Amino acid sequence: MAKDTVNTEYKLVGTRPNRPDGLDKVTGRARYGADMSMPGMLWGAVVRSPHAHAKIKKIDASKALALDGVKAVVTRDDFPTGLTGEDWNLQENSMAGEVALYDGHAVAAVAATSALLAQQAAELIEVEYEVLPHVIDVDDAIKPDAPAIRPGAADHSVSEGFPPNVVRYIDYGHGDVEAGFEAADLVMEKTYLTEATHQGYIEPHACVGQLGADGKGEMWVCTQGHWFIRYMSSAVLGLDVAQLRVTASEIGGGFGGKTTIFMEPLALALSKKSGGRPVKIVMSRAEVLRATGPTASASMDVKIGMTRDGKMTAGKAVFRMQGGAFPGAPVDMALDCAFAPYDLPAVYHEGFDVLANRPKAAAYRAPGSPMAAFAVESLVDEMCRELGLDPIDVRLKNGAREGTKASYGPTYNRIGLVETLEAAKAHPNYSAPLGPNQGRGVASGFWFNYNGDTAVSMAIAEDGTAQVSVGTPDIGGSRASLAMMVGETLGVPYDKVRVNVVETGALGINEPTHGSRATFATGKAAVVATEQAIAEMCRRAAAEWGIEPEAVEWVDGSAQPAGPNAGKFPPMTIAEIAGKMSTTGGPIAGHYEGFPDGVGVSFGTHVVDVEVDPDTGKTTVLRYLVVQDAGRAIHPAYVEGQYQGGAVQGVGWALNEEYVYGDDGRLQNATFLDYRVPVASDLPMIDTVIVEVPNPGHPYGVRGVGETGIAPPLPAIANAVAAASGQRLRHLPMTPPKVLAAIQAGQDG
Amino acid sequence: MSKIHVSTIVNGDAVEFLADPRETLLDCLRDHLGLTGSKEGCGTGDCGACSVTIDGRLVSSCLVLGVEAAGKTIETIEGMADGAELHPLQRKFIEHAALQCGFCTPGILVAAKALLEENPDPSESEIRYWLAGNLCRCTGYDKIVRAVMDAAAEMRGAA
Amino acid sequence: MVEINLWSGLRRFTDGELAIEVEATTIGEALDALIAKHPGLAPVIEAGISVAVDGEITTAGRNIPLRPDSEVYLMRRLKGG
Repeated sequence: MAKDTVNTEYKLVGTRPNRPDGLDKVTGRARYGADMSMPGMLWGAVVRSPHAHAKIKKIDASKALALDGVKAVVTRDDFPTGLTGEDWNLQENSMAGEVALYDGHAVAAVAATSALLAQQAAELIEVEYEVLPHVIDVDDAIKPDAPAIRPGAADHSVSEGFPPNVVRYIDYGHGDVEAGFEAADLVMEKTYLTEATHQGYIEPHACVGQLGADGKGEMWVCTQGHWFIRYMSSAVLGLDVAQLRVTASEIGGGFGGKTTIFMEPLALALSKKSGGRPVKIVMSRAEVLRATGPTASASMDVKIGMTRDGKMTAGKAVFRMQGGAFPGAPVDMALDCAFAPYDLPAVYHEGFDVLANRPKAAAYRAPGSPMAAFAVESLVDEMCRELGLDPIDVRLKNGAREGTKASYGPTYNRIGLVETLEAAKAHPNYSAPLGPNQGRGVASGFWFNYNGDTAVSMAIAEDGTAQVSVGTPDIGGSRASLAMMVGETLGVPYDKVRVNVVETGALGINEPTHGSRATFATGKAAVVATEQAIAEMCRRAAAEWGIEPEAVEWVDGSAQPAGPNAGKFPPMTIAEIAGKMSTTGGPIAGHYEGFPDGVGVSFGTHVVDVEVDPDTGKTTVLRYLVVQDAGRAIHPAYVEGQYQGGAVQGVGWALNEEYVYGDDGRLQNATFLDYRVPVASDLPMIDTVIVEVPNPGHPYGVRGVGETGIAPPLPAIANAVAAASGQRLRHLPMTPPKVLAAIQAGQDG
Repeated sequence: MSKIHVSTIVNGDAVEFLADPRETLLDCLRDHLGLTGSKEGCGTGDCGACSVTIDGRLVSSCLVLGVEAAGKTIETIEGMADGAELHPLQRKFIEHAALQCGFCTPGILVAAKALLEENPDPSESEIRYWLAGNLCRCTGYDKIVRAVMDAAAEMRGAA
Repeated sequence: MVEINLWSGLRRFTDGELAIEVEATTIGEALDALIAKHPGLAPVIEAGISVAVDGEITTAGRNIPLRPDSEVYLMRRLKGG
């Protein structure tokens, strides 16, 4: 049955039980990436380029290898050649070849008997560089005369005559954009800039890798997806994928940044060269900031037409994004998200993926959407102010609904944007009084949500309790939501279900916990697997009763005759069926392998109040409201947690966080002191409203909640700062010096 | 570099280990004593994931040398529960969903316990400033602050 | 026949056409038919795309069925954080 209305009959779905891994995580028992040690283990350290762009002329490891206790050094010479496509990009990023492409790029690695010795040995490896011209900023990198970073990296979309660092070009749209602008009373066009930020997970990357001369290996690693680690490491090293067994540790945050490899293949290569001894590599925070993760920086032109009464007539977006020295800035998804909340008769998008001498961008929560939202939602706000219109009313007037042709092409099914706008408007925060130097900002945001390769297995134990084996690491409480959905389906209490995140040898391939997919895709798969086990239990009961399996139904954890014609038998409980399974046909289990369909997109609307100190330019967040469509909140407390965490990452992106480079192309702020993420004293409580417009494509109506919440904060805060200070900032982050300069320029003007 | 023999008390137990003089207390807890509950998030005293107390004083164990632990009394997350009985802060963190990935949780619990020992009735603002040295990237701090307030209220009621 | 909508940037591979009718009952058949008609689309499709069928976006699923009246859009490949 499609659960297309909000069902209040559920016993578990919608409740807030304690998470099953809570006890381990409050007692320090939970084992994260760096918490594993193995017998005979060595420690690895990585030598990194101090230059933004440099030819590697010579690597001399003789002094390091002469140290007692140093067991192996690897360079790119230890890796196979001939890789192509993204496999080659991954190899090139894991270990530089002829050229170091960014400050922090790995050039060699060493294994030794202690962490201190490995570090000392790394410092003794001598690398001779020839420094090359570099480029950091996206608008510099796209210039025709910019230093060409990787000739030949452009794909089929790039025509002759493009600047050398453009590697991907995208253009699409529909309707007559020029006619739309003609029909408008107000047309505005502005340029918006965002800086690169880091996912900022508190746990640095860590792994223990072991690889023997027989090509068989093992790895323990903190990751969002261990099948990705297995495939990517194998590709980079030329291994048979199934010979590598990868176990995901508990994970200390990922936000997209732990969906790819960094030092994992180095640990395996070092292990192999050390005679198969396990090698542990734990990154320092500086390595995390210099060599992993960051998101793209963006330079974005947006043009919108609007009638006097707030009807949008056309939109145009031209985005330039750099994602480091490799193709893959999320410019396509940014464009898709840019106008997604609006019903536009005409829209046009153009995007450029540009190389720069920075680390390879990794996914970061709704990749591309926050930058796009900053540009479009800021401009919509500027136009609302110009026309004296309420920003929520304008969004309601133009808001995408079921049947709207999405800006990215297809027609929307049932979506919940309007519901979030209405809930935001009705919330007391939207009418709370504001004082001097205070202002309110509103913005909406969008994310697709995603399904992905999914394999799940569930089995009934001898006493009728259930185990569920999944491949999506639990980052924010997914064991709880999965146990709730399985318990609900099976008709057993929550604590009778154990959800295990299992190693790669235990299931078919799984994509990571990314794309807001764990509760949607793994959840849907777990429900299908559970239904198979239920069908089997009904067959066992039918056989015992001597009736047809179709005459048995499953109610509240028991098999029972489906009606009076089926016969009169007392319900047979799951415990009774399980207790004799060995004599009635053996194990009872269910499984799912596939690509679960039925993804439902999600929208959110945020309302934020800030105060801007006119003397210092410092912005203080006074009130924050997140309204987002969850489809269905399985465990509302962890849904709220996603909303709150996403909003606060957005606050950091809007106000503080940025990669700061020197003229030499080196990252200047590779510590948490200088790369300042929001701390508790920066923030108020984060109010939440969970809107539930169930997704008909999921058995319990789930859409996915992880990502959408990071998009609206960037523009919502910029809009609030504009309201509070009278100054529109179009370049994030809105640090106190920038805001103060804008206030002073405004006063001078 | 030759190692130094260190005797200390950790979570009530007399322990000893050999420390390289360059190793931090955090390294020694994790790598010599197997107490991996304290985490390294930054190694520079900015994130608080390695918070422990030394003679009752809250410190970042990544900024303390292992040899400095000699003769001191160290408390870590592993010593916070009384056997099977969780500290009220630990229980409230679970009940309030005040953790997502859980990596910062040990440090925050140790820091919050130190706060409540000093100030059993902290305001929201006092909690936020006390915990400003403990980074959490998942939660936005809302549920953490609520859990600490609720634990404080329960502890005051129980006292 | 089912109509496949391309993003406008692909028109240079299709002699300017943006909506192409193909004989297909699944996404896989539709993609193969597109490449047969316009071989210039092969590298685009092989590089990885998403397909929206009746508003629902999928990344894999060559076996997903299409009806003659299905709304089908090719999209740039999606991934998540």
